[in-house]
Amino acid sequence: MNTAPLVKVGLISGEINLVIAGLIGFGFGFMLERAGFGSAKILAAQWYGKNWSVFRVMFTAVFTAALGIIILDSAGVMPLDSLYINKTYLPAQISGGLIMGAGFVIGGYCPGTSFVGLASGKLDAIYYILGMIIGFALFAETYPLVETFMHIGAMGKATFPEVLGLSPWIVVTLVLLMLIGGSIAASYFEKVFNR
Amino acid sequence: MKRVNNKKQDYWPNILAGIGLGLILILAYYVAGRGLGGSGAVTRITAGAMNLVAPEHTQNLSYFDRYFSDGSLIINDWLVFQIIGVFLGGVFGALTAGRFGKSVDKGKRLSDSQRFMFALLGGAIMGWGARLARGCTSGQALSGGATLALGSWAFIVALFIGGFITALFAKKLWY
Repeated sequence: MNTAPLVKVGLISGEINLVIAGLIGFGFGFMLERAGFGSAKILAAQWYGKNWSVFRVMFTAVFTAALGIIILDSAGVMPLDSLYINKTYLPAQISGGLIMGAGFVIGGYCPGTSFVGLASGKLDAIYYILGMIIGFALFAETYPLVETFMHIGAMGKATFPEVLGLSPWIVVTLVLLMLIGGSIAASYFEKVFNR
Repeated sequence: MKRVNNKKQDYWPNILAGIGLGLILILAYYVAGRGLGGSGAVTRITAGAMNLVAPEHTQNLSYFDRYFSDGSLIINDWLVFQIIGVFLGGVFGALTAGRFGKSVDKGKRLSDSQRFMFALLGGAIMGWGARLARGCTSGQALSGGATLALGSWAFIVALFIGGFITALFAKKLWY
């Protein structure tokens, strides 16, 4: 009998869930600050190959969480299909990702880290957040133009284990190998690009 | 160990901060059955702000349908509480590390006002793109990445490619 996610099995109320959302956010913001991600200079250095913290922290977090989710799923505590899984729309996600890479370099932050920048007293983060609000408003205005495109190639809740027909344990091991290999390469790139 | 006031603490090693973030992410799934988000709450608040200025126009925008119920903004949302927490956690982190202070993060060749313009532009590009991709670095890369969602991993690869390519043409912004 699964006992999580707590709110879905009714162990906590919707109100408590919102309070915990605040606490989880607190931890999220704290960790981003400790990672150095309240600084646009540190974040931007990733894109010039000089500081690979974004890469290392992001993939370490993804690996840690993926492993935890698989353990909880296998133990029957928290079935994977009870979780929200991002649906796959490759054209929208790939073009959105490319656009956002450009926004990241130009603006210096990503949405979550801009709040940590603001929290650290960075004045540029205020402008970044204002920019985001303009971007969201523009998107809502232009949504009819991209609505069809956004639904091309709908694959539903496709996951790597499912698509490749591999056990999630193998996929998470591949993620770990990629993290280790990538971190070694990252250290090499840091030497080269800081010369 | 010597503790001096006003002295900035070092950042945590990448692996430690990454594991910490990963554990927070597991907690989000364990409690709420969902991951973290950086852009969802601000989109909702944008809809609310536009609704104050031009209610009829705003509620005619089909993209914002999801945020309104009977013409009023649904504000008691998980991501709204989460992003308030992110801000407070950031303040706490910066204060306890001696890193809290008014400053502008920029490359040495930019003036403050140039940096502000680029921050505004970059934020707008990021905002528009995040809605196209259905999530940002938190909602797609971290959260979708952790559930091994195919599209989220494609997103991550695209984000890095987009960042590296743009940086080739934008050295002046940061160095």
